[in-house]
Amino acid sequence: MALSGLDIFKLLPKTNCGDCGVPTCMAFAMKIAQKKAELSSCPHASEEAKAALGAASEPPVRLVKIGAGNGPEVGGETVLFRHEKTFFHPTGIGLEIRTSQGEDKILDDVRELEGYRAERVGEVLKADLFFISHDSAEKAAFLRAVSLAKANSTKGLVIDCPDEEALKEGLELLRNDRPAIYLRRPLTERDIEMAKTSGASLVITASSPQDLADQTEKARQSGLTNLILNCQGNGLGGAIQNNAILRRSALKKSFKPFGFPLFIRIADADGFESLAASAALLCKYASIIILPRFDKALLYTLFTLRQNIYTDPQKPIQVDPRIYAIGDPTPDSPVFVTTNFSLTYFIVSGEIENSGTSAHLVVCDTEGQSVLTAWAGGKFVPEKIAKFIKDIKLEEKVKTRKIVIPGFVAQISGELEEKLPGWEVIVGCQEAADIPSFVKSVNLV
Amino acid sequence: MTFEIPIENNPGKIVEVTIGATADQGGTRSRVVTVGGNTALPFHFFEGRHPHRPVVAMEVFDKTPAKYPDSLREYYQDVLDKPGEMARRCVADFGAEMVSVRLEGTHPEKGNRSAEEAVEVVKDVLAAVEVPLIITGHSHFEKNNEVMKKVCEATAGENCLINYVETNNYKTIAAACLAYHHTLVAQTPIDVNLAKQLNILLGDMNFPHDRLVMDPLTGALGYGLEYSYSIMERIRNDGLAGDRMLAFPMLITPGAECAKVKEARAVEKDYPQWGDEKRRGAYWEIATAMSLLIAGADLLIMDHPRAVEAVRKQIAEIYHSNEEGGHGALRT
Repeated sequence: MALSGLDIFKLLPKTNCGDCGVPTCMAFAMKIAQKKAELSSCPHASEEAKAALGAASEPPVRLVKIGAGNGPEVGGETVLFRHEKTFFHPTGIGLEIRTSQGEDKILDDVRELEGYRAERVGEVLKADLFFISHDSAEKAAFLRAVSLAKANSTKGLVIDCPDEEALKEGLELLRNDRPAIYLRRPLTERDIEMAKTSGASLVITASSPQDLADQTEKARQSGLTNLILNCQGNGLGGAIQNNAILRRSALKKSFKPFGFPLFIRIADADGFESLAASAALLCKYASIIILPRFDKALLYTLFTLRQNIYTDPQKPIQVDPRIYAIGDPTPDSPVFVTTNFSLTYFIVSGEIENSGTSAHLVVCDTEGQSVLTAWAGGKFVPEKIAKFIKDIKLEEKVKTRKIVIPGFVAQISGELEEKLPGWEVIVGCQEAADIPSFVKSVNLV
Repeated sequence: MTFEIPIENNPGKIVEVTIGATADQGGTRSRVVTVGGNTALPFHFFEGRHPHRPVVAMEVFDKTPAKYPDSLREYYQDVLDKPGEMARRCVADFGAEMVSVRLEGTHPEKGNRSAEEAVEVVKDVLAAVEVPLIITGHSHFEKNNEVMKKVCEATAGENCLINYVETNNYKTIAAACLAYHHTLVAQTPIDVNLAKQLNILLGDMNFPHDRLVMDPLTGALGYGLEYSYSIMERIRNDGLAGDRMLAFPMLITPGAECAKVKEARAVEKDYPQWGDEKRRGAYWEIATAMSLLIAGADLLIMDHPRAVEAVRKQIAEIYHSNEEGGHGALRT
């Protein structure tokens, strides 16, 4: 829990000596609260003050990194609802590999997921983890699966192996790879030892929040900090509620044993049910989701949801400013112009498509603002639009000289025409939904 | 360390709204549907009451929407222009708990069908199924008002859910709902204050609170879902915190929104990373529906039978874990 300026002031010497570079202790306290100064600048701070501030600056949910290279950082969240600020660290999405599946299937799955990349509004969508579950009797099968995943992938590995000998040898293979160890049963001293010597994170499994708190406390007291929580509830309803309870305890009650990322393993079912459960838990605080099967359509859907939920509500997603072909436009097709706020782009391009007309859509750079906001902020004004149209050499790319602007900025049409000699500026409809009837009622050719 | 469940006791309660009417109540439905009544966030059984499950409706049309995706045609091709039969299939085969009759074909630019024709379609569906109906109109004020007035009158006493009114056009339809006893959807474009304002305007007309459902507008996955999601979370939080003008059940429309997007149509051949298009159509709707259920949706209008099946199954499972007398989280 963050301390206020006044709380911090009470911990300072209150001598106004100025040695920290700030004239008064009160002003210094305010700067610390705003994270513009650090307590270490005060040479006279007491041990008590250092301890109190240190505890307060500890993140309420710890950030844990799995894997050395492309593995995800998960946790580190500060709010329960994205509208309060934003969610910072997108859910790590992984695939379950079972050693009983045999080498060929394992290698196929590893290569498929490793090679999966898609793009959406300028962001690359890809998976983050493999979960290797040892469900056969052969130690060699487990070690082989670990080696295959290590050799063919750059993703983070979570390993689940009830055979301690095999696990030790597996960790040896992953010496510098920062894997996570998934525990099926309650935490033991040996697990703590193993985590310490290998540098691996621990996924702690419990059947209730109290059980989880007891285990996590034990791990914390022995000095482990890279923990991940797996509280198994009663079906999807239990998982949603457990996650809500754990995260609320960490953020609102500063309950330290729950200040860690949350782990979810999706049960094997048909894709429709797996996706439904994954989607709900992605919204409710899952820091890691392990999927039972490789399914491109499911991955693409879940990645899109992750992108939506983890977008900063204060920084709208932008699309690339350029000319977009909607349908199958010819040089004579009409030109529409709009802003690069992703939602504006999606709605306008969708409605042009719905109208059955093909068109060129010129998307100006308005730093992701919507039409009216961008106009009011001077980012969607005649000189900027005209300059952009010249920069992209629109005149050379199309034969038409008709350009449609959004109805909400009708007032710029005259000035825009002056700045774009030879062009006829047509005022379009205010709402994108009216584009289909607009193109029917106006001669755009 | 002893752990205590951090309970939040909310002063507010979401209004309970019942749709449909049985013979005793002046209608012809075999059962009614009730939504709302929650005193805590969705699925937070550990700290509040959730007397009614979210309800899944499916949609039929007076005119097949342009660009209706193949992933849906597969299930409806032979009945797309027979709304009664399509409704029967939705209820009997796909588990629809309500049916929405979309009267888009009465829009002057989308068929300009008459109000009388719309009434015939609605009567056809009323006769075909026994579940409560949603009557879904469009944005052409003048024509929509005319159609909705006629439909409200022709279905007097059935307590249909009349979908929708908006801030610039609510009086005529709200008056018809009052006169012929229907329930009403208040639709506003993804904004907490606009939503509240319209509810207040309807309150000024003495529109009863227990006959009002809000539609804060659904953005499909990848097409503004995050805006709908956060607005709905805020509305639900405010409603539970005691703002009575926001404490209404919420309607979402994942079916119609997802049927419009490219991801519901584009084939895997052209977009190999998007995967199998048949499953993807349902997946898109499922992700939209499940995330908005988390945000507070009470009533869903959906299209894809596989999506309806998966979402209903998860809702049932979530509520079942509650009905069994608590779930893991409470057994500390």
